[in-house]
Amino acid sequence: MTDEFADHDELIPDAGPKPGAPHPSHVLPMHDVDVEASRAALADVAWEPGVPKPDPILVADNVVRRYGGLTAVDVDHVEVQRGVITALIGPNGAGKTTLFNLLTNFDTPDSGTRVFDHQPIDKVPAHKIANYGMVRTFQLTKALSKMTVIENMKLGATDQKGESLITSVFPFLWRKQENEIEARADELLVHFKMEHMREEFAGTLSGGQRKLLEMARALMVEPKMVMLDEPMAGVNPALTQSLLGHVTGLRDQGMTVLFVEHDMDMVQEISDWVIVMAEGRIIAEGPPATIGQNQAVVDAYLGSSHDSALDLSGDL
Amino acid sequence: MDWVAIIESTFRGLIGEQFIYFALAAIGLNLHYGYTGLLNFGQAAFMAAGAYGMAIIVTSIAPRLNDDEGIFKLSISEGWMFVLGAFFGVVVVPVVLALLMGIPTLRLRADYLAIVTIAVAEIIRLTLRSPRFDWLTGSSDGLSGFTRTFYDFSPFDPSGRYFFNLFIGNQFFLVLVGWAVLALGVVLCWLVIRSPWGRVLKAVREDEDAARSLGKNAYSYKMQALILGGMFGAVGGMMRAIGFSLAQPDNFITDVTFFVWVALILGGAGKVFAPVAGAAILYAVLGFTDVFLRELVANDKVPDSVLSGTQVGQVRFMLMGLGLALLAAFRPQGIFGNKEEMALDDR
Repeated sequence: MTDEFADHDELIPDAGPKPGAPHPSHVLPMHDVDVEASRAALADVAWEPGVPKPDPILVADNVVRRYGGLTAVDVDHVEVQRGVITALIGPNGAGKTTLFNLLTNFDTPDSGTRVFDHQPIDKVPAHKIANYGMVRTFQLTKALSKMTVIENMKLGATDQKGESLITSVFPFLWRKQENEIEARADELLVHFKMEHMREEFAGTLSGGQRKLLEMARALMVEPKMVMLDEPMAGVNPALTQSLLGHVTGLRDQGMTVLFVEHDMDMVQEISDWVIVMAEGRIIAEGPPATIGQNQAVVDAYLGSSHDSALDLSGDL
Repeated sequence: MDWVAIIESTFRGLIGEQFIYFALAAIGLNLHYGYTGLLNFGQAAFMAAGAYGMAIIVTSIAPRLNDDEGIFKLSISEGWMFVLGAFFGVVVVPVVLALLMGIPTLRLRADYLAIVTIAVAEIIRLTLRSPRFDWLTGSSDGLSGFTRTFYDFSPFDPSGRYFFNLFIGNQFFLVLVGWAVLALGVVLCWLVIRSPWGRVLKAVREDEDAARSLGKNAYSYKMQALILGGMFGAVGGMMRAIGFSLAQPDNFITDVTFFVWVALILGGAGKVFAPVAGAAILYAVLGFTDVFLRELVANDKVPDSVLSGTQVGQVRFMLMGLGLALLAAFRPQGIFGNKEEMALDDR
């Protein structure tokens, strides 16, 4: 993974995907996902809620979450296609973040099943999800303020020998692995252009830098799927393009990306597929270019009496 | 003014037995609060666990196991009973206590642990005090007579004076052993904190959910920290009981917990050497003010209407409180703390 990151900066586009652009073979095989094929396969998928995908990495069925009398999420069926960027959008209070928490096991549904990469994850505690290859970020960025950037990064690596209390006392047992982790962390920092902040406390970084750090740290897990909860929230516009480039970069590495977002520019620019939620349900799915014309989406955002197509140029 | 006595008292506070007990307990509290963010207001309970774990085994349990009339009729030597007592006091009881406190609270917000620890510490003290269990705990008189094995190892003349006449033989032995244990404790703490294990602790302190999302079992790490820190407290409490040759419930009142906190905050939470420095300074200041104020009164430097000899004990704690208030105002990060790091909290 690190080798691929180290020398493919030129592959990270400034904005958006480059359809049809050939990928050097060393970028792809991280998870043996053929990104172009995955994206192309979506062309044949019907534009309807809960539609089956050719190669789903994440499948959820009948997921319901109630808070007292309020049903926050009630999703009959949803699939996330492997190797593409899927956006989860919807008006405020639609249940996006709740669904997100349910899919990552940070919240427990009242009923329903979830399958990640052919393995059921219903009984898996939140902290074990990372070992399955799924990692998430948070809407309110959780940079670990009083730890340095490099410490933040090294924390992300899984299966560390030195993380057991007994072995921690004997550095010779984990020193070698620690050095490998540090080397990988440094490469990722270079890739995210944060190497000059290596020894800074994460708490001193700006909002956008924290988002970058959180994303880089998530990659230390070596995930198959990255779940980003509002990756653009609170990010300085100057950093937006670079952040978008990094998100598409994840996909081009063979990772699956699911993100919750309010910023329609970002949704239009980088997503391959859009899932729209309203009032806890999935009301529409489709490619980003056409989703704005979907009557159910227009109704959800603007109220059902509105009759014009949804203006997707601004923030919703 | 007897300056020699003042200097002796200060120096004794700086390196003496009180300092050792509280430095050990503060190392444990530093693991709890400084590194993991656990609010433990019951470190006295862990100290009592160490003291009574040892004392009960050696003075209450052992004679009953060895009793020829009893059921067991064992013949375990006092030395082995001491070893067993030390194991109970340092390992078994603190682990049980930490599980008891931690299982219901560590999944919840930090405040719940704070409430439970302070309550458990008082429950334990009052239970130890209760006449109901007099046969086991000696109730309010406590237990004594469990230290012979320890002092048998002392190479020093019990009536001789050592180290600039500061300590008598047994005390000096205790202080030397205490220093060795303390050094070991600091090294152990330093090793675990700079390891990936310590990194996870800090991550849990900063944000549990972030740690969880990266595959770390925050609950388990909090429990491990609670247990390990509790063990340090137990070692401190056990040394204290050995120093007093007495395990007595009122030696583990809530004030004891707060002395440990003072030592930690003074040094600067989240730094390996902070508890040691904090405890040393705390007891040096207490040792200095005690004799200094007494000398002032004895030599009529202050009129009796302002301060009398019997008030010195209280006044020095008032001065300590004043010192703490000044510390909070001008150096909130403590002596070893990093101001920039502390400021990150406010963001």
